[in-house]
Amino acid sequence: MIRFQDLHKAFDGKPVLAGFTLDVRDGETVVIIGYSGTGKSVALKHVVGLLRPDAGDVIVDDRAVSTLERAPLTALRREVGFVFQFAALFDSMTVFDNVALGLRRRDLSDDEIADRVREALALVDLTGTDEKLPAELSGGMRKRVGIARAIALRPRYVLYDEPTTGLDPVTSAVIDQLMVRTREHLGVTGLVVTHDMRSAYTVGDRIAMLYEGKVRQAGSVAEIRETEDPVVRQFIEGRPA
Amino acid sequence: MAVGRFGHFVRDAARAVPDVAVWGRLLLVQMRRVGVDSLPVALFIAAFTGVVLALQASYTFTGTVPLYFVGTLVGKTMMLELGPVLVSLALAGRVGASMAAELGTMRVTEQVDALETLAYDPQSFLVLPRVLAGVTMFPVIVALAILTGIFTGWLASLVLLDLSTQEFIKGLKLFYRFKDTWFGLFKSASFGGTITLVGCIVGLGTRGGAEGVGKSTMRAVVYSAVLLLVLDAFWALVLLR
Repeated sequence: MIRFQDLHKAFDGKPVLAGFTLDVRDGETVVIIGYSGTGKSVALKHVVGLLRPDAGDVIVDDRAVSTLERAPLTALRREVGFVFQFAALFDSMTVFDNVALGLRRRDLSDDEIADRVREALALVDLTGTDEKLPAELSGGMRKRVGIARAIALRPRYVLYDEPTTGLDPVTSAVIDQLMVRTREHLGVTGLVVTHDMRSAYTVGDRIAMLYEGKVRQAGSVAEIRETEDPVVRQFIEGRPA
Repeated sequence: MAVGRFGHFVRDAARAVPDVAVWGRLLLVQMRRVGVDSLPVALFIAAFTGVVLALQASYTFTGTVPLYFVGTLVGKTMMLELGPVLVSLALAGRVGASMAAELGTMRVTEQVDALETLAYDPQSFLVLPRVLAGVTMFPVIVALAILTGIFTGWLASLVLLDLSTQEFIKGLKLFYRFKDTWFGLFKSASFGGTITLVGCIVGLGTRGGAEGVGKSTMRAVVYSAVLLLVLDAFWALVLLR
């Protein structure tokens, strides 16, 4: 279980998260929606200790992330797959090496690593791209490699940072399907940050809207669709102010 | 504040030393990039410096000092000062700037964050191989540059100054001490460590997009050049008095 507990974070004195509190229960996929620049990605990065909170904390299975030393933090990161907004693939490595990189930190033989990489690439429909460099891939393919890299680790949690941003509607739908398939195949707990409502409705069990540093409303997909909160309503309908 | 950050960075790098499994296999790649790939530039500079030194010595000594002192001046100057400093200044541009640009790009495209989420320590994956390659390869490059400078100095003396090989070697041996050799090489190792460390610190501290990477590249060259000259004076004070 991931618990955001009264999380506060400011950059250059400007508060981004101001008492952000949210629970992500085992096995479910929670989508955090919100306007650009409201701190959705910032919240996500706190889960794996890429950022340290000014106050509050993220609790992952009873471990307060900001208090973890190097070794336990590394152990925690082994349980979490992170899919970055622009995939963050390593330019100089092939697709195979990108996906294999995290596996090389584990006690696995070369054959086991190769099997896990092929399995992950097959799951994202990228079989046969092993030897390609990231520069040779389209934006959608790069995102799929990013997902393959995360799921090859067989994590308990997968965090997706804007997985469909910058993609055409069809490719976005493919990524949404992949996220659903990943949960069904691997039974992972998911946390997705997006402002793409179609994606949020497709992949989420629950949706939480981050507004002015806090959760404005959290609920099931049906509850969010039927909300009467004017701020949430305006966002999900994409109406200008 | 900058000194504190530098101290923290060096401490973190030192903590990563036991992680040989990670930095060990990347070291050879960096040694080739820092060492072998830098040789043409270093030898080009040294070759012309040797010629100019021989000609300037002969111009200075005209009629008053025996001409075989050209060998002394070329040898001493190449070993003690111009070999290490000129070559290192040139490599501050080539090696330091390229490291800052590469790591800066990795930082702004979240590749460094991705490394961390894959349970790698950026210090052992990115910093240690580069700094160790700098410390070990700079003395090798400078040694070859010194030999090249002395060789072209001898060639210029032979062809342009009518100095015999015996006279040049007599001058070269005059006042030679073993300290001349190790002082120059030791200095080069410290320059190599400084240039690569600055490249890494500045690169990993990059903020913003392309503009940030550009600024980091420029900073890496300027800081390296300044530190290199300060360090040069420091070693002269400490070791030559």
